[in-house]
Amino acid sequence: MEFFFQQLINALQLGSFYALIAIGYSMVYGVLLLFNFAHGDVFMVGAYIGFFVSSALLGLNIFGALALPLSVTLSLVLVLTLIISMALNSIVGMLVERIGYRPLRDAPRASAAITGLMIGIILETGNLAILGPQRRSFPELIQSATINIAGVSFTNKKILIVFISILLTLALHQFVRHTKWGMAMRAMAYDYVVVPLMGISTNKIALMTFALGSALAAAAGILYGVAYPVLDPNMGILFGWKAFVAAILGGRGSILGAGLAGFLLGFIEIFVATIFPSTMRNLIAFGIILIILTFRPHGFFGEPFSAQLRL
Amino acid sequence: MLLTVENLSVSYGNIKALHGISFEVDQGEIVCIIGANGAGKSTTLRAISRMIPAETGSRILFQGEDLLEYPADKVVTDLGISHVPEGRRLFENLTINENLKLAAFARSDEDGIAADRERVFSIFPRLKERINQKAGTLSGGEQQMLAVGRAMMSARKLMLLDEPSMGLAPLLMMDVFSALKDINDEGTTILLVEQNARMALQFAQRGYVLETGLLVLEGPSQELLEDPEVKKAYLGG
Repeated sequence: MEFFFQQLINALQLGSFYALIAIGYSMVYGVLLLFNFAHGDVFMVGAYIGFFVSSALLGLNIFGALALPLSVTLSLVLVLTLIISMALNSIVGMLVERIGYRPLRDAPRASAAITGLMIGIILETGNLAILGPQRRSFPELIQSATINIAGVSFTNKKILIVFISILLTLALHQFVRHTKWGMAMRAMAYDYVVVPLMGISTNKIALMTFALGSALAAAAGILYGVAYPVLDPNMGILFGWKAFVAAILGGRGSILGAGLAGFLLGFIEIFVATIFPSTMRNLIAFGIILIILTFRPHGFFGEPFSAQLRL
Repeated sequence: MLLTVENLSVSYGNIKALHGISFEVDQGEIVCIIGANGAGKSTTLRAISRMIPAETGSRILFQGEDLLEYPADKVVTDLGISHVPEGRRLFENLTINENLKLAAFARSDEDGIAADRERVFSIFPRLKERINQKAGTLSGGEQQMLAVGRAMMSARKLMLLDEPSMGLAPLLMMDVFSALKDINDEGTTILLVEQNARMALQFAQRGYVLETGLLVLEGPSQELLEDPEVKKAYLGG
C-alpha cells in the first residue's frame, strides 16, 4: 500500500510537468489554431532562465543580510525565481510569436508547424552554442525533508511541485473564465475573424496567449529543476512531445482538459512502469492514448469544430 | 460627407468581386445597398471594416481620414464604425453579457459603457432577461438583437448592417428595423445591405443597386421603389 501511494505521488509529480506544458500547447492551439512545436523548447529555456535567476539570487546573498533561517531564505528565492522567470519566459514566448508566427498568420498551417520545429531547433542549438554542452545543476531551493502522512512517507519537494502546478492551472483557468482578456481569448477560439470587429487587436490576444503559456512552461522548467536537478539543452524535446499529446487528449483550448490529461499521462507512464519492464513504458502509454483518441478524437473536453472559420 | 467610397475594388484570388464602385453616405442618413446574392454587398461592407483588403487605387474617406490606413480593430475604436456581419457571427460559446462586454473591450469610459448597456437593454428588453444565457441558445430574432446590441456597444458613429432581416419572421423583422430607426434617431448613421429590397428601401432614405460588382442605379428610396427595372428585378414585378 505504501508503495502504491508513493507511486501515486510520483505520477502526480510527473503529471505536473506534462500538465503545465500541455496547457501552453492547448491554449495556443485553441486561440490561434496553431501547433506551437517550439513549446517544449520554450519549457527548456524557462528552466535555464530559472537556473540563472535562482543562481543570481543566491549569489547576491541579499537575504543573508536579513539573517533569516536558511529554509525561509530558500523559499523566498524559490518564489522570486518563479515570478521573475515566468515574466522573462513570457517575453521569450511573445518573441516567438512576433518573430516566428505572426508573419505566417495567413500562410498554410504547415508552414507555421515547420517554423515551430525550426524555432525549437534554434533554441536547442543556440543554447548549446552559447552555454556549451555541459549540463547544469539546478541549485537546491528546497531542503529535502520527508513528510509522514498516515504511515506513508513523501518528500516535501514532490508535494510542493504538485501543489504549485495545480494552483497555477486553476489560477489560469480562473483568468480565462473571468477576465476580459480571457473572454477575448475564448471569443477568438470560437471565431477569430470577427474579433477585430469588436475593436480588439488579434495580435495582442495572440501575444497574451503565448505569454501565458510560456509563463507556465517556465514554472514547469523550474519545478523540473527542483525535482531532477540536471538541465540539458535537449530536455524539452521528449517532454514537449508528451505534453503535446496530453494537450490533444485534453481537447482543443481546454485548460482543465490539458491539465487533467497531463496528470493522466503521468499516471499511465508510472503505473505501466511498475507493472511492465520500464523499456515498454512509452510504448504502452502511447498505445493506451491511441486507443482513447480512437473513441474520443476531440479529446476529453474538446468539441467537434464549432468555430466558423470561413470569412 | 461622413463616408466617401471612391473606385473601390476587391478581389478574392482571381475573382473580382467589386469593380471600382463609388458611393457616399452623409451624416445621420440611412442608406441601403440592394442587390442579388453574390452581387458584392457583403464584400463592400467587409472592405469598409477592413476585414478584407481593398485593391490599390481604392479610396475610402471617413470624416476626411483615409480609412484604408487603419487596421480592422482601429476602424472600430478610432473611427467609430461598427459592423454587424453576415450571419450575425455571435460568440455562441459566450453569454449575452460576455458578448456585450467584449464589444466594449477597448473602451475605458465606464460611464459611457454603462449608459450604452442600458440603452441596448431598453431597446431589446429580451436580452436583459437572458443576460447569462449562452448566445448559441438564443432564437434567430434574439441573436439578431444581440448582434445589433453588440455593434451599439463597440461604436456609435456609423453602423454597417449586413442583411439584418435574414432568417427573421416578418413581425420580428419589423421590431429589429424599428429598433434600428431609434438608433439612427440617436445620431448613428446607418449603411445597410439587403436582399430584401422592399424592406430596405422602405427603411432607408437613399439606395444604391449593386449588380455583379458594379453600382448600376442610385437615388432616393421612393424613386427606386417606383423604378420599373428595380420593380422587375428586386421587388417581384
